[in-house]
Amino acid sequence: MSEPVLRVTDLRTEFKVRAGVVKAVDGVTFEVGRGRILGLVGESGSGKSVTGYSILGLIELPGRIAGGEVLLNGVDLTKLKGEQIRRVRGAQIAMVFQDPMMTLNPVLKISTQMIAAVRAHSNVSRKAARLRARDALATVGIPSPEERLDSYPHQLSGGMRQRVAIAIALLHKPAVIIADEPTTALDVSIQGQILAEVRRLADDTGTAFVWVTHDLAVVSSLADDICVMYAGRVVETGPAADVIASPRHPYTAGLLASVPAEHEPGERLPQVPGSAPSLADLPPGCAFAPRCFKAGPACNTTPPVQHFEDGRTALCHYPIEPDSCQPLSSTSTTYQSAS
Amino acid sequence: MIGFFIQRILQAILVIVAMSVIVFVGVYAIGNPIDVMIDPASDQALRAALIQRYGFDKSLVEQYFIFMGNMLRGDLGESFIYRLPVMGLIFSRLPATLELAISAMLIATLLGIPLGLWAGYKPDAISSKFIMGLSVLGFSVPTFWVGLLLIMAFAVELGWLPSGGRGPVTDIFGMKLSIDSMEGLSYIILPAFNLALFKLGLLIRLTRSGTVEVMSSDYVRFARAQGLSEGKVVGLHVLKNISIPIVTIFGLELGSTLAFAVVTETVFNWPGMGKLIIDSITVLDRPVMVAYLILVVFLFVLINLVVDLIYGQLDPRIRVKAAS
Repeated sequence: MSEPVLRVTDLRTEFKVRAGVVKAVDGVTFEVGRGRILGLVGESGSGKSVTGYSILGLIELPGRIAGGEVLLNGVDLTKLKGEQIRRVRGAQIAMVFQDPMMTLNPVLKISTQMIAAVRAHSNVSRKAARLRARDALATVGIPSPEERLDSYPHQLSGGMRQRVAIAIALLHKPAVIIADEPTTALDVSIQGQILAEVRRLADDTGTAFVWVTHDLAVVSSLADDICVMYAGRVVETGPAADVIASPRHPYTAGLLASVPAEHEPGERLPQVPGSAPSLADLPPGCAFAPRCFKAGPACNTTPPVQHFEDGRTALCHYPIEPDSCQPLSSTSTTYQSAS
Repeated sequence: MIGFFIQRILQAILVIVAMSVIVFVGVYAIGNPIDVMIDPASDQALRAALIQRYGFDKSLVEQYFIFMGNMLRGDLGESFIYRLPVMGLIFSRLPATLELAISAMLIATLLGIPLGLWAGYKPDAISSKFIMGLSVLGFSVPTFWVGLLLIMAFAVELGWLPSGGRGPVTDIFGMKLSIDSMEGLSYIILPAFNLALFKLGLLIRLTRSGTVEVMSSDYVRFARAQGLSEGKVVGLHVLKNISIPIVTIFGLELGSTLAFAVVTETVFNWPGMGKLIIDSITVLDRPVMVAYLILVVFLFVLINLVVDLIYGQLDPRIRVKAAS
């Protein structure tokens, strides 16, 4: 991998709530190179969206970034304040949200919203801004962009709205786009189109993507690298194809085993037993241990980051050995008997 | 659109007819206005003559239809007391109330929306808590009492402003208005502020709650992620989204201020419609009461029509529904 455009190191984000301090993001570390797509994978509540918001400095009270670095082309975003971070947002790093029905303001025309986004960073006339907005819509494959500009969001379909959101994110050709489950709310066919579009954009423009998702099928077809999160921590990283072919962390193995497409119809679907723990009340040591089929005596102490070939890592005392052969089937039987 | 208008106008006619029946029956039930109108010492013949002249000897239904028939010809009758056509009487008082009500609404809006935006934008700030405290006072302290306090402070103690009455008027667009001169303004400041207080409190709270809700929405977060300045986020995204309830309340309050500024007009001795209607009620001046209430209904219907049209401008989704 070339010099990464975005390097997140030991990022920690906390929320002060009545029950105490919730560590939503607890020491997250990853990096993305130019034109690469990183899949940030995890269950609901694993802290993946909060990681995205933290990178852009969009965490609001009672939350705060408690530590760590977010280096974007060498500049630490966590150190920037007010006007400084505003100049970075949207210009050098952009974000796309999950629900396209909610991310566009329902009472403003697409053109109004896009022109505002252009002029937030470029000192151009409204007319020039409108032209750029139109070109951006064309880039993401929206037919007759000139007419779409004069539409209101409710006149567009969900897929179209998400394309508009991606077009807005692309306006200033940012180095990185963080996409927070942007295809989750869409039809599978629309999702496929958008994924293909994103892959093409990453290759053509060199924009790096952090693709936050809980959907491993999406990651396997889209991402170059994978970063699996559990309870606010990164539990496994590595090249997407390798991680999916032979997961090292038992949690990743469990997630992969639960993908329905991998199984015969009628066959009982394996699942990871139990549910994601409350972040306010984490078990000591490895947060996954209570649900883990490989859990052993060492698991009530904080697990070490283990390094493997090709720069892969896993946060585990007892990582799965690739030579133990077919981790998928072995784990799935184990999970079945456990459930 | 035309269907919408016709529907609205039919609604208005229905409301006006219902209103006239209620008022007519209500006033009839109070008693015979002749007893208030004439000298108790006058003789029976004069009394009978007057009763006949005003048609009080006819049945309620007959009297009602005579009145409605006259109204359709544009004749709302003549005041029993002033001996003047009712329409002229009311319209001579309308400009005074109009300028007072509009001044009050301007004060309430120009102060209330910015204060509410601030309180919603920074809900935890001490300044916001202070604003919210003031807003509670605004609509819980009785208007007349605040009016008296204002007179005490600014007219009696400080002597900065006149204690009551209306300044010199000039003809503007055929209406006699007092707000074009400094002297006229000095007369209107206190009553307008007094009248504005309740609406100010209401608008602050309404704006604040809307702002709090919109600030936590995805599209505001998305706007921030685009690097929009906070001024743009509030000015572009928040303001337009919270404007529908604000316009609704503005319309309703403008209507009720025009119609029922009675208390403030009495405290400040402002020669508006409120005082006219109170005076008419005490002497059972039926034509004035009925005409006034019909005018009020007409004003409300008109304001609501305008508010509905503004809705369509503010929210494209409403426009679509109205068109289909």
